[in-house]
Amino acid sequence: MTSIGTGYDLSNSVFSPDGRNFQVEYAQKAVENGPTTIGLRCKDGVILACEKLITSKLLVPGSNKRISTVDRHIGIATSGLIPDGKHFINRARDEAISWRRNFKDSVPIASLADRMGSYAQAYTLYSSVRPFGVTAIVAGADNDGPGLYMIEPSGLYWGYFGAATGKGRQAAKSEIEKLNLSELTLLQGIKEAARIIYVAHDDNKDKEFEIEMTWVTKDAKTANAAVTGSRGMIWNGWVHEEVPKELLEEAAREAKKAVEEEDEEDDDAKGEEKMDEDL
Amino acid sequence: MVNRTGNLTEDGIHVDMEHLKKGEVNLGTSIMAIQFADGVILGADSRTTTGAYIANRVTDKLTQITDSIWCCRSGSAADTQAVADIVRYHLNLFEIQNGHPPSVATAASIFQEICYTNKDALTAGIIVAGVDRHKGGQVYNIPLGGSLHQSKYTISGSGSSYIYGFCDSYWKDDMNLEEGMKFVKEALKEAIKWDGSSGGVIRMVVLKKGKKPERHLFLPDEDYVDPPKKQAE
Repeated sequence: MTSIGTGYDLSNSVFSPDGRNFQVEYAQKAVENGPTTIGLRCKDGVILACEKLITSKLLVPGSNKRISTVDRHIGIATSGLIPDGKHFINRARDEAISWRRNFKDSVPIASLADRMGSYAQAYTLYSSVRPFGVTAIVAGADNDGPGLYMIEPSGLYWGYFGAATGKGRQAAKSEIEKLNLSELTLLQGIKEAARIIYVAHDDNKDKEFEIEMTWVTKDAKTANAAVTGSRGMIWNGWVHEEVPKELLEEAAREAKKAVEEEDEEDDDAKGEEKMDEDL
Repeated sequence: MVNRTGNLTEDGIHVDMEHLKKGEVNLGTSIMAIQFADGVILGADSRTTTGAYIANRVTDKLTQITDSIWCCRSGSAADTQAVADIVRYHLNLFEIQNGHPPSVATAASIFQEICYTNKDALTAGIIVAGVDRHKGGQVYNIPLGGSLHQSKYTISGSGSSYIYGFCDSYWKDDMNLEEGMKFVKEALKEAIKWDGSSGGVIRMVVLKKGKKPERHLFLPDEDYVDPPKKQAE
């Protein structure tokens, strides 16, 4: 790497002569190898999905969650260093609680993203700390409807229709771009999300994985949790929760089938090409 | 006398409404706020007293907090002005930081937080009313102890005791502007008529969604007629 030996990468708060902050760039590198994580902002809610490689047969299926509930209406998925993610989530929960205390209202998604962006940014300023080794995808819904934000280690955050980070982000992004997210419903979205996770997994095919998927919904018919509230309760009617098991399993089954069929077609096509050459 | 809001004795909690310091300026008051079809209307008398002396006969007890959230103040003039100033500061900051104006519920919540945590030091009865993007017109009452109550209309201050019956009889949901203003005006006329600590003029502020606040001023004795007798149902 060009910077090795220059000394400009040893500390936060030190710029290199060409105006870069190497510590932040290294943190971004840490995320690039993290698990593929995506967010889809649909018409009637938001979906978070994460590819979890099974690193050991000893791990209980469905354990070690990468997507957390921060407030009843907000979920955050982190990709990168797990402990950094846990700390980030804790801070987000504190922000959500303090907002409730101060304003008797559920925190708007844009406001939480802003607070957390500022928090991440503060960790790029001082020599005593290092930037977060995580990219966080914030999903939630408020009075303005569904919201999706992605916060990077530099503190940069943007609002998205669809966001992807981690190892398979390039493949995932090009798949997300094909979707019409302003018309897509949650029920359609979970199938797309599962498919995208399978497509993005392509590069490290032999490794076993499971899909972790949550959504933010207001639909009492499909929600696991009771979508009800009583007077005086501080809640905007949206729930962040795991996608119901049957729906997720169905989506994963279909996704697997779709990806396998596509592979077979590709193989057939290659076969035909070869035959042509033989002729 | 110990300067406290409530005293617990053998026969219950006694709340001394008149525990102001000697010479402290008091808003012995009639204030109210109502929801109507297009928003909210706030109303107040204009009398400020120090003991028996009327310190100001044209007081403005209707105080603006944000573009579309106002409050009615009763109790100690100094305390309620200070609280309103603090809340105004917080809500201005909120709008700058979050890029949208605070909801009326948020405004009421900040008023309540201050009134509740400082209940031993304050004499403040505040009505918060306003309109916001999502819920339209709303009215909240924060009485002496710092509790928070939302309602379709609320009346407060020493003069309000005299108009509970009037308001209960003549209240209608979703009145139009004319009906709403008449309701507030006639109610405050009665409060001023019966309450010695209320008087002067009637001030009113009308808040409609997406419109600038409108101020109105009425004289309580002008065209005074007794409220029409209602037949028992």
